Amino acid sequence: MLLIRCPYCEEERPELEFRNAGEAHIARSANIAGESDDDFEKFFFIRSNPKGIIYERWRHMHGCARFFNAVRDTVTDKFVMTYKAGEPKPSKLPGVAK
Amino acid sequence: MAKAAAKTATATSPSAERRPALAGRSTSATGVKVEVLPPAERMSLRAPEASLAALSKALGVTLPKQPKTSASKAGRTALWLGPDEWLVIDEAGKDPLADCAKVSALHSSVGISHRNVAIAVAGPAAEATVNSGCPQDLSLAAFPVGAASRTILGKVEIVLLRTAEDAFRVECWRSFSDYVFTFLSEGARDAAG
Amino acid sequence: MSGALRISGAGRLSQAKTARFSFDGQSYAGIEGDTLASALLANGVHLVGRSFKYHRPRGILSAGAEEPNALVQIVRDDARKTPNVRATVQELYDGLAANSQNRWPSLSFDVGAVNDLASPMFSAGFYYKTFMWPKAAWKSLYEPKIREAAGLGVSPDRPDPDHYSSRYAHCDVLVLGGGAAGIAAALAAAETGVRVILADEQAQFGGSLRFESGARIDGQDGFAWAQAAIARLSAMSNVRVLPRTTAFGYYAQNFVGLVERVSDHLKAPGHDLPRERLWQVRAKRVVLASGAIERHMVFANNDRPGVMLAGAARTFLNHYGVAVGRNVGVYTANDSAYAAAIDLKKAGVNVATIVDLRDNPTGPVIDEARALGIEINFGRAVIRAGGKLRVSSMTVQPKNGGGERTIPVDAILMSAGWTPSVHLFSQSRGKVAFNDETKRFVPGTYAQDCVSVGACNGTDGLSASVDEAYASGAKAAKDAGAKAAKGAKPKVDASESWSRGMLGAAPGAGPDTTVKAFVDFQNDVTAKDIRQAVHEGMRSIEHVKRFTTNGMATDQGKTSNMHGLAIAAETLGKPIPEVGLTTFRAPYTPVTFGSIVSHARGPLFDPTRKTAIHPWAERQGAVFEDVGQWKRAWYFPRGGEDMHAAVDRECVGVRTNAGLFDASTLGKIEVVGPDAAKFMELLYTNPWEKLEPGRCRYGIMLREDGFIYDDGVVGRLAPDRFHVTTTTGGAPRVMNHMEDYLQTEFPHLNVWLTSITEQWAVIAVQGPKSRDIIAPLVEGIDMSDGALPHMSVREGKICGVPTRLFRMSFTGERGFEVNVPADYGQAVWEALWAEGQKHGATAYGTEAMHVLRAEKGYIIVGQDTDGTVTPDDAGLDWAVGKKKTDFVGIRGMKRPDLVAKGRKQLVGLKTKDPKVVLEEGAQIVEDPKQAIPMKMIGHVTSSYWSQNCGRSIALALVAGGRDRMGDTLYVPMPNGVIEVEVTGMVFFDETGGRLNG
Repeated sequence: MLLIRCPYCEEERPELEFRNAGEAHIARSANIAGESDDDFEKFFFIRSNPKGIIYERWRHMHGCARFFNAVRDTVTDKFVMTYKAGEPKPSKLPGVAK
Repeated sequence: MAKAAAKTATATSPSAERRPALAGRSTSATGVKVEVLPPAERMSLRAPEASLAALSKALGVTLPKQPKTSASKAGRTALWLGPDEWLVIDEAGKDPLADCAKVSALHSSVGISHRNVAIAVAGPAAEATVNSGCPQDLSLAAFPVGAASRTILGKVEIVLLRTAEDAFRVECWRSFSDYVFTFLSEGARDAAG
Repeated sequence: MSGALRISGAGRLSQAKTARFSFDGQSYAGIEGDTLASALLANGVHLVGRSFKYHRPRGILSAGAEEPNALVQIVRDDARKTPNVRATVQELYDGLAANSQNRWPSLSFDVGAVNDLASPMFSAGFYYKTFMWPKAAWKSLYEPKIREAAGLGVSPDRPDPDHYSSRYAHCDVLVLGGGAAGIAAALAAAETGVRVILADEQAQFGGSLRFESGARIDGQDGFAWAQAAIARLSAMSNVRVLPRTTAFGYYAQNFVGLVERVSDHLKAPGHDLPRERLWQVRAKRVVLASGAIERHMVFANNDRPGVMLAGAARTFLNHYGVAVGRNVGVYTANDSAYAAAIDLKKAGVNVATIVDLRDNPTGPVIDEARALGIEINFGRAVIRAGGKLRVSSMTVQPKNGGGERTIPVDAILMSAGWTPSVHLFSQSRGKVAFNDETKRFVPGTYAQDCVSVGACNGTDGLSASVDEAYASGAKAAKDAGAKAAKGAKPKVDASESWSRGMLGAAPGAGPDTTVKAFVDFQNDVTAKDIRQAVHEGMRSIEHVKRFTTNGMATDQGKTSNMHGLAIAAETLGKPIPEVGLTTFRAPYTPVTFGSIVSHARGPLFDPTRKTAIHPWAERQGAVFEDVGQWKRAWYFPRGGEDMHAAVDRECVGVRTNAGLFDASTLGKIEVVGPDAAKFMELLYTNPWEKLEPGRCRYGIMLREDGFIYDDGVVGRLAPDRFHVTTTTGGAPRVMNHMEDYLQTEFPHLNVWLTSITEQWAVIAVQGPKSRDIIAPLVEGIDMSDGALPHMSVREGKICGVPTRLFRMSFTGERGFEVNVPADYGQAVWEALWAEGQKHGATAYGTEAMHVLRAEKGYIIVGQDTDGTVTPDDAGLDWAVGKKKTDFVGIRGMKRPDLVAKGRKQLVGLKTKDPKVVLEEGAQIVEDPKQAIPMKMIGHVTSSYWSQNCGRSIALALVAGGRDRMGDTLYVPMPNGVIEVEVTGMVFFDETGGRLNG
């Protein structure tokens, strides 16, 4: 069971309290009704599924109930960092070589 | 409708009997007692930071801003559940909804007195009993008296409040209360080991 | 007397405490503190089982958890028959009854042993090659027969009567392994005051101190020091000492699974004691002190009962006071076996000879053995063991060939060296490194916050191990946040140390022989099998392992992996590290299902949710159905009615007079805040801004892909307050969906969501008499049609308690849904029921509810929709706000495929024969005479007998369905084709007049 740091609770909590919510930083267009088929396809269906660093959304479902973002390495399964929903994608990741 | 009005006009006091879930149930094991608590007034309070002073004043208890904490005064306890969410429990019979109704500052208050059931777990083996199904670190250093958190017990969600060094209040939704009580009873059987 | 081979004065057990036990029905005496293995050996019993594949007689190889041979069935009573218990781990209790496994009719005469004679047939890969054809025979013939023949005991055939407990625990330093190193590490950490857990799989701590007679620490015998140290640790409030506890799995972020065997060693475990306790420990730091496991020598017939590890023989002698024979031979490739020979000789056992594969080793133990007059043969090999049910001789030959000499013995003690136990380290995702000099894999690169100490780290010698462990324990505590330690490091006064030994097959086992020199005892893998695997083309050790099954038995190859690897490497002509070690996986030793399941049995398997009104329905004799975790009243049979009759009566009753229905399980969400209407506009297809407070609307929620996700009636209580209902099953995911959008897409909105599903009990009162039933109990609400029209909501009181009273209908009749605080639910229901009795009301369950709504063509999301249905497909286009510029799903529902012609649309179906009720899920075709596979154009989603309509009714998704009104379609079924007519979805009261009737 992973330990996940909730940026709202400001501590690491057991994975059982959390739920993954898919890839992060995929913006829903303010004018979604006017989007082209291609743009909607990119927004709704296409995901990066990288080997290595992934930016994803989690929800502290059975804790503070907040959605937040996490940076995780899909190879080691280790969390690099977590940050609050709405905050920009971090430009530097602690302990990760470029 | 006159007939209805005439009949209900006399019904000034509740005629419907309140039947709380699991009322009066309790069990004891070596070092721990698990007991269903009497009904209480409860409110789910949601509010932005700017409203907290006004709401605290109206409620008579300072809404805590630190994660995993609670504040208590005169039988009323406010548990921090999230950055804009508090569970307010009143065991003195006063309705926190009524207190909040007077507050004009932005907030949401929803009555949930009947949604939750509270179970007390008390005794030297209380911590081990809760840890039979709760994955959080419940040592006094990590979860001191007054600490409060929504978390997991077995397969269900609970809200956990440490009321004393050797006592917890476990809140769960009404229909999960049988599961939670049974789980805690099972955990209690082995908690002294 | 507790066995003829018990040596008085030897061992640590008290002769006074006799424990009687039986093995295969024969009665024996042992001593409290014995393991089943030591007690059997004390009685001269070596033959304890038959091997898995060849049914060869097997004895006791080891004295610990690595045991591959001595697996027995422990029988407490009819329901408690535990198979595959290692006799070397099972503690003796008075009355213990054990049986051997995998033999018929008896252990000494086993018919299955013909497999041994036929063994050329059963070589590596035999099963893969032989049982290929015909394919169907695998399930019906081969697998059952093989399972029968190659059994691992018999599983109990009754429910497990024991209970198992579970505990989450947190600590700063978790020490796994309670030998000298583990104890030293625990002491160092504990003295700093941090939280320490120390676990060991044995009943008594001490590890190799149990047999190392030469060890002295802090001026005491090593084992006595260990017990004193454990007593000290146990008395400390910051330390938890767990004996009989195996760390079976090392998971992410120092999360370690331990199983504590609580009562398997007790004669009569109390009712309240769990059998086992699962510990799920999260540790800031882990110290691995898992020791080393002795390897056997690989030579012909090395599996004969009486052939065992030298260290095990020493344990049986020095700890249990048991001589494993009266005339033993020793076969070794390192020094440690000499110590066994010396201890046995001193205890009065004849040591026939020591055969040492090495040419001219020197050292103090060799000198001591020689001084005791023991014959020593250097540069020689044991090429085979004699005897069948018990070893009777060893045949010795110079290792480079030459004359053979056969020496009579009744036990052979062997040692090829010691393998560091890196299982847990490897499970932690650490990478092992091969030390070429010492020929062993040791911890290399760490992946987690842990450290290995002592023998499992490849550290030789007690003194060095204790020093290393103490320093590492202190550092682990410091890294976990402790202040400096206050204690004193244990001082090792005397110790033993061993040289390295050998890997792979000894001369007697090859390279060209076909003899049975076992590498893996439990899976019956020989040196020849591994060579054959390489010859047949296996190159990777992972392939060799799977082809031969070496190391794949329940012992996880604790004794066999290194030998197997060395033989494969030699055959491949490659150095060992290039061939690589297989990955160790959890569990380290087998874990009972009971422990894994723990509390989650019976009522705790899954929560059973009941409504406040449930007790009333139960008293009425309702039959319940499971809807998710909820129990819902399905129907209320009266006086011997079957389901059909009850449902017909309930359906007619509702439309004739009135019905009461428990709708409490419906999901309910209170949406509150100045932007509540804006939020509702975004989450539902419908317009909400203009909905007046006090009015309701049927809402449809889509996913972003444009498909229907949920639906429900929403009431506006105030400009800033909505009471939203969801489907019963959808409640949690709808809440999550709404929170997701609110928190991450529309966080600028001032609105909050609260689940009120369980705050309100909901009583639906439906039917022409519904208002007459409710009105007398209501206070403060004008119930007239003008004041409370269909689709409206009021707050007031009923029976003196608060209510949110909805005028709404899921039956097509005049209807209400009475929401009251849950604790009042039952009393209000009873009051309404009493009132209802004056008007001929009936209670109805979920089945009648389904029929009644289908009669009206009201859909159920998840039954008539399946996640690929758009509002238009469902005939609900009217509920989509055409002027809206945004809501979740607005773009998705315009995708080309979703607006294409010929999509499946929801329609009604009437069977040509009104008595025929279609099967839900049945497929629909245009032409029943077409060739198979037929083109299926849709399927039945809902189908019922409708007593109100006097015929069957059905809803179906049919391609282009709305253009087929009046068409005849066909439903081919096994018993013939059913003709149906496509109709509208409303079967009853098409004009809807009854809503106000």
